[in-house]
Amino acid sequence: MSQSHTNQPAFMQHHFSDAEQQRESAKLGMWLFLLTEILLFGGLFVFYAIYRAWHPEMFHNAHKVLDVTMGATNTIVLITSSITMALSIRSIQLNKIKQTIWFLVTTLLLAGTFMVIKYFEYEHKIHLGQLPGHYYTYTGVEGTNQHVFFSAYFLMTGLHGIHVFVGMCLIGWLIFKTKAGMFSSQYYTHIEMTGLYWHLVDLIWIFLFPLFYLIG
Amino acid sequence: MNKMPETHYLNATKGIKSWLTTVDHKRIGILYLFSIMFFFFIGGMFAILLRLELLTPSELYIDSDTYNQFFTLHGAIMIFLFIIPAIPAILGNFVLPIMIGAKDVAFPRLNLASWYIYMFGSMFAVFSLVSGGVDTGWTFYTPYSTTTSTSVISMTLGAFILGFSSIFTGLNFIVTVHKLRSPGMTWFKMPLFAWGMYATALIQVLATPILGITLLLLIIERTVGIGIFDPAMGGDPVLYQHFFWFYSHPAVYIMILPGMAIISELITAHSHKKIFGYTAIAYSSLGIAFASFIVWGHHMFTSGQSELAAMIFSFLTFFVAIPSGIKVFNWIATLYKGSIAWTTPMLYTLAFLFLFSIGGLTGIFLGALSVDIHLHDTYFIVAHFHYVMVGGTVIAFLGGLHHWWPKMWGRMYNETQAKIACGLIFVGFNMTFFTQFIMGAKGMPRRYHLYDDVYRPFHAFSTYGSWVMAIGFFLMAYYLFRSLYVGKPAGDNPWGALTHEWSITSPPPEHNFESIPITEHGPYDYDKVVAKSTFTEK
Amino acid sequence: MTDNTQTNEPHVLPLSIYLGVGSILIFLTAVTVYAASFNFGEFNLLIAMLIATVKASLVAMYFMHLKYDNKLYLLLFLSAIVFLGIFIVITMFDTLRRGDIYEIKAGAIRDAVIYDSLHITPDAHALEDSLSISTDTTEIVIDTTK
Ligand code: HEM
Ligand SMILES: [Cu+2]
Repeated sequence: MSQSHTNQPAFMQHHFSDAEQQRESAKLGMWLFLLTEILLFGGLFVFYAIYRAWHPEMFHNAHKVLDVTMGATNTIVLITSSITMALSIRSIQLNKIKQTIWFLVTTLLLAGTFMVIKYFEYEHKIHLGQLPGHYYTYTGVEGTNQHVFFSAYFLMTGLHGIHVFVGMCLIGWLIFKTKAGMFSSQYYTHIEMTGLYWHLVDLIWIFLFPLFYLIG
Repeated sequence: MNKMPETHYLNATKGIKSWLTTVDHKRIGILYLFSIMFFFFIGGMFAILLRLELLTPSELYIDSDTYNQFFTLHGAIMIFLFIIPAIPAILGNFVLPIMIGAKDVAFPRLNLASWYIYMFGSMFAVFSLVSGGVDTGWTFYTPYSTTTSTSVISMTLGAFILGFSSIFTGLNFIVTVHKLRSPGMTWFKMPLFAWGMYATALIQVLATPILGITLLLLIIERTVGIGIFDPAMGGDPVLYQHFFWFYSHPAVYIMILPGMAIISELITAHSHKKIFGYTAIAYSSLGIAFASFIVWGHHMFTSGQSELAAMIFSFLTFFVAIPSGIKVFNWIATLYKGSIAWTTPMLYTLAFLFLFSIGGLTGIFLGALSVDIHLHDTYFIVAHFHYVMVGGTVIAFLGGLHHWWPKMWGRMYNETQAKIACGLIFVGFNMTFFTQFIMGAKGMPRRYHLYDDVYRPFHAFSTYGSWVMAIGFFLMAYYLFRSLYVGKPAGDNPWGALTHEWSITSPPPEHNFESIPITEHGPYDYDKVVAKSTFTEK
Repeated sequence: MTDNTQTNEPHVLPLSIYLGVGSILIFLTAVTVYAASFNFGEFNLLIAMLIATVKASLVAMYFMHLKYDNKLYLLLFLSAIVFLGIFIVITMFDTLRRGDIYEIKAGAIRDAVIYDSLHITPDAHALEDSLSISTDTTEIVIDTTK
């Protein structure tokens, strides 16, 4: 495997014929993965849509217990992190390693901020018993089957939160590897892929925010 | 007499570890072969036990609860552990990259990972088997699945994990087909097997995430009571069925498209005739993939969904039959004036055409709303889907296995025994399941342990048929294993076929090709190119 | 294959695009929050979703480079949305249309049993009276109280 390919860069895998093909393959694979992510979340959006159509009043009443300020702040935080993520890719394309690391660290910090705010929101809801299913004990929402709203809320923001967490791990790993000199303007597939993933996470939040916090 | 090549993918590296860490698509195919066939055996044992119990109208040797668990385990194992992965993971892995002139799939490590994920997921299934079983049926309908005390969670978790294995295989194949075709291998020079795998992979990637989220929601409903599917929590059980069938109808095409893909190869290679209607077959695969997403509600005609939805679904259902029809006609036209070789793969191909046509046509009956009201949940359904899944997919799989067996191992099986086994399976299958059409039309409900005496002769005959089939399968296992040791070397191209995999040694070298192959002729140019068969049975 | 460095030269967008798109995104967030403070009735959903869709498209087109990349990716992205659309719309043909042709005399599925212990929706039992389906020939009574 190694002999005939010694003139190839270290990141090349033997079954690809050139770096371009390898990069394109990775990208297509990533997009397919994102497609499955969209559909995975999609199932929850269907859940939301059907039950909102069935109980519009209740959804409207229940959404009022969510804190718009916190939600909006988190939206801005996440969008900003998306910008810094995109900029980190731009920096690596220009081979500015230091700048790349700087942007990645900012992204990571913003993601952390998102999680902290989310934590306070959850904490508050758990305290009030605004919880899914059997654990629902809150009495301040008018309507029927109010726990379904909170089921949808916790499932969707929870799954989203898990994705943010995974994204943070990936970004942390990238920082580590960029420092170690793994990436350059010649090869930055991992950063690019993580970027795509991160933007998708942002994109999903862009829908979650109005659906839960603003209109319910 | 042919000679085996000195080194090939089977002996390039040695030892258990070299197998468990392999990233060679061919070896991964073999890993899948053994693991999937193991579960096919388990699922098959349940089938035999079920049929045995149904020999008599009253209880023979298991009680009703056990019976419920047996049919659930049979169904769940056969669907999630056998038929969905079988063709793509075994034969797809083995031949797809070679066929399109690639050295491997696009992501070899992901490919190995999906095998591990498969094994991991199957462990959960095995766990639920030994920890009290499951008795919901493979469909896990709520509210029963949220209330029964059996181990639903480990089984659904298993299916959830297996879903990832399926997604990764699909993802890998799509990228492989897009990016790794060798020079000259344009989309329309691709063998139809590759087209079929591609269409299957699209469904796998698009539909399986929905299964994932459905099962996840079911598990959460069962544990937390979120109120989506369980009426006691304000949920809607019919919504569960929408979620489930939005995946599972496309999934029946994850099962049959690979079968169709195999048949397209076998029918030309064993009649040495150019395929009739190449583009029609290729496009109809994509057509099926798309149409399969808009008909799921035909499984729910009697569930209480709105009449409007039922009518829409019934109307749309007739469309899925069109692409399948196109394929069947093209295959038959291919046979016309071909030099048909009566090889085992060809026998399976003919069996497929016959059985799949029956299965598909009865599907059309069932798609008619008013007819289905009467036939739903009877043995007619059982017969329909066994005709498509066993008569279609499994028969095609066996055909493909016999076709590529000499490529996999470099050795030929005993043709005479293979033909006998094929005959036993064909006859046994029809005995078992044709009877069920009659029973179902007469009103025998599905998933019943005890039944009325009028159905006795049918059930008994069906059970005898299952024994004939079982003998066929055991004979097959025998001669296939035996061929690994004493089979005659098959040579590079025992069938005289034209696709890439027959131009390299059997078994293939570790990296498939010495240099990147250039595609010069189409995969079915039997009218222009002659490839001599390298094997004759004296 | 020695000159693969050539083919690997990335397509770099100017900084202004990222900053511009980023500011629009933040601006639109403010707009949607502001818009939500008014009640447009039916249109609330539409307005919020419209703004969200614009934001999402910006992210997809510029940050995820769909505008510049191989259009296959765009196709994949859109097909995910289309299939989701199919799922939601056709399912709603059921969920919003039950009882359109033949009257369903039974009420909706009753409220979750958890409310029995919580005593927070006193009207939960009102539904039970209507929980009987009558058809022409038979009288079926559905009892969901465990
Ligand atoms: C020609 C196209 C087909 C049509 C029109 C069709 C139609 C149907 C209909 C209407 C039902 C529901 C019957 C009922 O439950 O009342 C059904 C059930 C089923 N079909 Fe098909 N079908 C077709 C092809 C296939 C194929 C290719 C497969 C699998 C390889 C398949 C597998 C199944 C299974 C597994 C069920 C039963 C599911 C269950 O309730 O457990 N069908 N089919
Ligand atoms: Cu179906």
